[in-house]
Amino acid sequence: MNISFSKHTLANGLDVLLHEDHGCPIVAVNLWYHVGSKNEQPGHTGFAHLFEHLMFEGSQHYDRGYFEPLQRAGATLNGSTNADRTNYWEVVPPGALDLALWMESDRMGYLLPALTEAKFSNQRDVVLNERRQNHENRPYGLAPMALLAALFPPDHPYHWTTIGEIADLQAAHLDEVQAFFRRYYRPANASIALAGDINSDDALGLVRHYFETLDAGEPAGPVEVTASLSRDVRIQFEDRVELPRLYLAWLTPAMFADGDADLDLATDLLANGKTSRLYRRLVFDARIATDVSASQNSREIAGYAQIAATAAPGHALAELEDVILEEIARLAEGGPTDEEIERGRVQAESQFVLRLQTVGGFGGKSDQLNAYNTFLGDPAYFTRDRARYQDVTHESLRQAVIRYLPPGRRVTLSVVPRGRAALAAPGSEPAVVS
Amino acid sequence: MTPAPAPRTAGVDRSRLPEPGPARPFTFPAIAKSTLANGLRVWTVPHPGVPLVAFTLLVRRGAATDPPGQEGLAAVTADMLDEGSGDRSAIEMHEALSRLGAQFDTDIGSDATVASLTVLTRFAERALGLLSDIVARPALRDQDFLRVRQLRLHRLTQLRDMPGAVADRAFLKLLYGAHPYGHLPIGTEAALTAMTPDDVRAFHAGAIRPSVATLIAAGDCDHETVMRLAAAAFGDWTGSGGRDVQAAGVPPPVLRLHLVPRPNAPQSEVRIGQVSAARDTPDYHALVVANTILGGQFVSRINLNLREDKGLTYGARTAFEFRRLSGPFVLQAGVQTSGTARAIEESIGEIAGIRGARPVTDAELELGIAALTRGYARNFETADQFGRAALQLALYDLPDDYFAQFVSRVERVTRDDISRVMTRHVDPARLTTLVVGDLDAIGPDLARLGLGEPVVLSSDAY
Repeated sequence: MNISFSKHTLANGLDVLLHEDHGCPIVAVNLWYHVGSKNEQPGHTGFAHLFEHLMFEGSQHYDRGYFEPLQRAGATLNGSTNADRTNYWEVVPPGALDLALWMESDRMGYLLPALTEAKFSNQRDVVLNERRQNHENRPYGLAPMALLAALFPPDHPYHWTTIGEIADLQAAHLDEVQAFFRRYYRPANASIALAGDINSDDALGLVRHYFETLDAGEPAGPVEVTASLSRDVRIQFEDRVELPRLYLAWLTPAMFADGDADLDLATDLLANGKTSRLYRRLVFDARIATDVSASQNSREIAGYAQIAATAAPGHALAELEDVILEEIARLAEGGPTDEEIERGRVQAESQFVLRLQTVGGFGGKSDQLNAYNTFLGDPAYFTRDRARYQDVTHESLRQAVIRYLPPGRRVTLSVVPRGRAALAAPGSEPAVVS
Repeated sequence: MTPAPAPRTAGVDRSRLPEPGPARPFTFPAIAKSTLANGLRVWTVPHPGVPLVAFTLLVRRGAATDPPGQEGLAAVTADMLDEGSGDRSAIEMHEALSRLGAQFDTDIGSDATVASLTVLTRFAERALGLLSDIVARPALRDQDFLRVRQLRLHRLTQLRDMPGAVADRAFLKLLYGAHPYGHLPIGTEAALTAMTPDDVRAFHAGAIRPSVATLIAAGDCDHETVMRLAAAAFGDWTGSGGRDVQAAGVPPPVLRLHLVPRPNAPQSEVRIGQVSAARDTPDYHALVVANTILGGQFVSRINLNLREDKGLTYGARTAFEFRRLSGPFVLQAGVQTSGTARAIEESIGEIAGIRGARPVTDAELELGIAALTRGYARNFETADQFGRAALQLALYDLPDDYFAQFVSRVERVTRDDISRVMTRHVDPARLTTLVVGDLDAIGPDLARLGLGEPVVLSSDAY
């Protein structure tokens, strides 16, 4: 079980990944730029994502919205930005591959002549509305801002969220767009994957045709910052919510690093699904919580694990915290059961097989090839990625919990209903969130 | 728009976009169909390639079947299906699913309850055994009911914090009143509080039955095997699903502008719509095209206007929510507070305009049809997609060649069709508008829209 592919690097540094799958008459075009909010500076946050919006507003030789011609050709398309990368994709009928490559290459090579103050200010308004919809006007929507700010120091680029600070977005200037584009939107900082109903030789020829003449630019270079958390941080803020919610978070290994897969399985067995230890105790038996979840959020240069639980009416977050800490200690002490390890393995296997079903879009095979290529330089990593989960043992998981979910080096965030600060976990200081 | 400069890059003609080549043919696989003695229909949609099979069990009874005063009963019942069976506790049931690496889900809408289970092919037999325990033989124990109901009451409490959820709930109530479609599947606090375990057992006995159910297997499987496994797993499930929901009377006339206060909200959640067409309308394809142009895609009139021209929203869209009975036509958007009245005015203007004053152009029609048809094959890539496609056929009594015919039916839609069906199914004079937002900030603007004073809804009104 793997994703077969061929890889070629053009003279200008653009990586090209090709995967044939003739099961459905569609082709996925998936283009990653190795830039995200991690490349931003304090005071200029939210920029990488705002820039992504501008990539859909036209380029020099097609100075109109990018959606119309692609949708007319039967494509679906989107893009996304996170801390570490920005991706753009189209899923097209095979006959529209030319069109998609023409357009992707035009915005890679010739975006700036088409950029105007009007487009910039319109998309900034759209992004501010995206932020209102997903954060300000959503219960608990500002929790990620508070958590990341407490986990990572102000000079670490994971200190802020990808959507950015409102004040920074409002202060952004068009000339920053130009500098950003010149630095990061270059073939040498990009990787394109084509997956689906293609002939690899023909597809490579098309990519060469459209992209080979673009200037290489300089590779952007790695962002090297380290983070450490040496104490307990206990914070709270009031929100327009009925039920208080507790978040516990720890700094953890980066994506693909030792301990990452162990923590993936550890957070699953602790808090995901009805079989998890915390669901059973908090929701099923004691009924002091309405929900609980956990995740290992691994990113390129660091990770963080998080457990979140919402208190049932009449219960304070201190009760939830006690139970959660008890269960982490129990896992660190006794490790997972054989049954838990076996379930974790088969679920991971199932997840990897499910991922083989789609060629395009977020998480499809083209996206996976680009992820492995961008972060590891190794698009063949699928097999080894899968092996990481099959190799987790009782002892490796236990050691990861001991090492990475320790007492005393944690962020504890309480989000409580307005005027009900007493429901927060004890000893919490007010957090400033914006 | 600016004229494209002359080509300037070696070998690449950048003076114009490449013309897309012809579409490659796409064929939907033949569905193998049989019926067990108990009435359960068993369908197989073969889609080899990845060693997975997606089982979908459709029961054509959903939240519209909730008896009056018991809003939420069908959803609680669906929620309790996986809470154990026979000697298995709720937790043990999920441990069993987890040992198969199964993706399990239950979903409930107005017209249907759906349980779906996707597994590696080698677990197909064990998966069907579990699925039948879940759907046909759930334990429905008292203590599990109390816990599940309590969690759903908590969920209702939390939904009151979520402006989009508040808008959805209040809007359905405005459009449909006491009609079977007038409530969300989760129901109401009062009805859930009064509900008993016996109500759930009675609902399961009277509605979750093989006579109204279809089991769909899609993916890496063959019909003979599926039939053998289905007969073993579901053969002793018996009973009739009772009477289908009947079309209720015309919903009550509504006032035109309503508001649920959310003080200091940075955005307003807006819903605009009316009761419109049912899934079996002969105008279905024309309405789908019309909606695509009006508000169903990124380059729709409404999204281009509110987002790309005015920057008032992250996105605005419209949909005909087709159901077995007349479903709603709804525009939805989260818009910045200061632009609420303007967004409503523009939206109603777009809806009215497409019916007459600004009928769709040839170019818009061509774009809408192309967007729906040229990439149609991408809807049929995964086992789950094939399962959900077959589910549409089973739920709405569509012919087996429905997917094969879709593209040509859409291609035949004309501009006249669009004017005709929009006039028939959407009436600007009957549109109802609901806003969840900051009354103090937007009240005066709303009052000037010509829709009358906004009627402020209290939380017990929906």
